[in-house]
Amino acid sequence: MTMVLFEDLNEMQLDALKEIGNIGAGNAATALSKMVGKRVNMEVPLVRVIPLKEVPDWLGGPEKEVLGVYLGVFGALTGHILFVMTIDDALKIMRILLGDMAPSRDQILEMDELASSAMGEIGNILSSSYLSALADFTGLHLNHSVPSIAVDMAGAIVDIVLIEISQHSDYALLIETVFVEEEDRITGYFMLIPDTGSLEIILQALGVV
Amino acid sequence: MARKITVGMAEYRVSNDPEDVLCILGLGSCIGVCLYDPVRRIGGMVHVLLPEHIPGQSNPFKFADTAVPALLSAIEKVGASRKNIVAKISGGAKMFSGADTLFDIGKRNADAVREALKSLEIPLKGEDIGGNRGRSIFFYVADGRLEVKALGKDVTVL
Repeated sequence: MTMVLFEDLNEMQLDALKEIGNIGAGNAATALSKMVGKRVNMEVPLVRVIPLKEVPDWLGGPEKEVLGVYLGVFGALTGHILFVMTIDDALKIMRILLGDMAPSRDQILEMDELASSAMGEIGNILSSSYLSALADFTGLHLNHSVPSIAVDMAGAIVDIVLIEISQHSDYALLIETVFVEEEDRITGYFMLIPDTGSLEIILQALGVV
Repeated sequence: MARKITVGMAEYRVSNDPEDVLCILGLGSCIGVCLYDPVRRIGGMVHVLLPEHIPGQSNPFKFADTAVPALLSAIEKVGASRKNIVAKISGGAKMFSGADTLFDIGKRNADAVREALKSLEIPLKGEDIGGNRGRSIFFYVADGRLEVKALGKDVTVL
């Protein structure tokens, strides 16, 4: 079996992955709505296969302060999920969820106890929304590790997954989703990094090989 | 006027212009390796991703074990003298905490870079390696100093 890479995907296969992105984002918006007790909408996600070195630019530049949530995926396939949003957008989510109890920007940057537990919870919910869309759509049984959170420069947060991808490819699959709650617009970037051979398993399960 | 030249992932840059500053912004588990000839004022920087070369991959600058010798020959080609060359390195952070072996890549990268420098007998003059914070690094061709900036911290000069 030859290895399928992101850059080799055809239109139909990309559409199938985009649909997973759509449903994952929908799940995430529903989960957020439940948490805040208000309606949270989302816009149709943008799904792109982009060169690795351009990923930090998509996030606002390599020095942009971002929050990253990492989950290892295992079960029927193995891989990695990285969910990234800017600190400013993380702050908006915190304010929507926690109101006056929300941690300050400095608390988020320092990742104190309140900030890290709140962000861990949000990261967990959002990431597992995408993962359950992937599991539902493919019918594959998937598990994930306890989420790991980091706040730092975008370049530094994403290089770990770029390193992982770069062992066999020079491209990444990036799903950009905008959540809308009243006037607030919050952009989340979701990266799916299947290990070698796992992208084939996804495509096979989707019937788009 | 200093001119900043960014070195992307798995890329390298060499300069003999004292106005040039070679830099990597938002360095995490990768390593920035700087080689410098202080006599001829020639510097080079490479942005390394992985410890060991993977068979079949053509870019030597992605891997510590092939990137260090490739950078050495690149700066020698511009006129740097082997006997003068010294090294400074930075990066190799563990950005996420947890048991995943992926997270240890920073340390493995640092070990592989040190090993490559040692086998080429290039003295390591300074390093700021490890920890759990990202860095932006700036390498001045004029005098070979390496400035390291982490989020919310003062600049460290190597």
